[in-house]
Amino acid sequence: MHFIYMFLIMFGFWIVLSGKFDAFHITLGVISCLIVSFLSLDLFFHETKKKGRIAEVVRFLSYIPWLVKEIVLATIHVAFIALRPNVKDNIDPKVIMFKTRLKKDLSKVTFANSITLTPGTITIKVSDDEFYVHALTKKTAEGLPGEMEERVGKVFKEFGE
Amino acid sequence: MTTYFIYAGVGLCFLMFLALYRVILGPTAIDRLMGVNVIGTKTTVLLIVIGLIYGRVEMFVDIAIAYALLNFIATVGAARYFQHRKNLCSVGFGLRHKEDKGDTTE
Amino acid sequence: MIIALTVLLTVTGFFFFFATTIGLIRFPDFYSRMHAAGKGDTLSSLLMLLGLAIYSLHHFSFGNFLVSLKIIFIMVFIFLASPTATHAIIDAGFESGVKPWTKEEERAEE
Repeated sequence: MHFIYMFLIMFGFWIVLSGKFDAFHITLGVISCLIVSFLSLDLFFHETKKKGRIAEVVRFLSYIPWLVKEIVLATIHVAFIALRPNVKDNIDPKVIMFKTRLKKDLSKVTFANSITLTPGTITIKVSDDEFYVHALTKKTAEGLPGEMEERVGKVFKEFGE
Repeated sequence: MTTYFIYAGVGLCFLMFLALYRVILGPTAIDRLMGVNVIGTKTTVLLIVIGLIYGRVEMFVDIAIAYALLNFIATVGAARYFQHRKNLCSVGFGLRHKEDKGDTTE
Repeated sequence: MIIALTVLLTVTGFFFFFATTIGLIRFPDFYSRMHAAGKGDTLSSLLMLLGLAIYSLHHFSFGNFLVSLKIIFIMVFIFLASPTATHAIIDAGFESGVKPWTKEEERAEE
């Protein structure tokens, strides 16, 4: 069953990339998609199947607009610091460490990428539940982990119902 | 509109030369790698702009996809390679250097 | 209308590219340069690519629609890959022992 899903995803991707619908190209696509999905089946879908996957995707999509807003703010923040005179007076960088309450790998990855994309903070290292974060100013260092951990936890249902 | 895209392409090339400053004069190897990554992202955009100038965007967009993938793979590969270089910088800091600071409690 | 939108998006993206590059040159140490390189690059390339994708729908046909779809695929890929590449580079720097610049040390040196 996973093999068929994989094949359909691969074949849709082939159609988008090639854009030709004659018999020759379609046959080539079917052959190469079969080979690729046979070889790389164990890289995807290794997690055991569980319910609520679609609801998780929907909640993740509702998380994206907030993330986009934060990315825009982050870029404006960095651009503002970079274009003002006296860069060294405006920043006060610092490496901080905190422990997270998130358990699943996927939510940790999402949380780390979100930290990197939000204003003034960047993830250096994640080991088990310790996050090493480099903060550009004192104000942004105080805001961690804060609101974002709540939101990520809500997306992946980490903190129970 | 072609004139506008030509100006955009020239501007992107100018910014790539500015980023080349960091590649040439970066104090450590990691700084150079970061400059190369920034130049690679600009190149992905520049390829599509070139395609729009010449009116062959359906060809150049494939090259841009391949370039974006290659840029990511090259950056991650080079970063993994430099991760185990201890003497990249003369002053030690970080998890690997904890024992050098006299922290012998373990 | 489409052209105005394209010009707006590409000019905004170009401005953020410019700010990113200036930040790459001016920031004092490796970690704060990574702030500029990691964040500015993501948003500005997304904006410029979105503008170009809208422009290629100018004369609507199936081929142009496919081109826009491919450009949007590049956008999704950059959105996922750029933070990962940033994290890989900064982790390599941290592990190999690059020292962060702090304000206290700057004062101590003076």
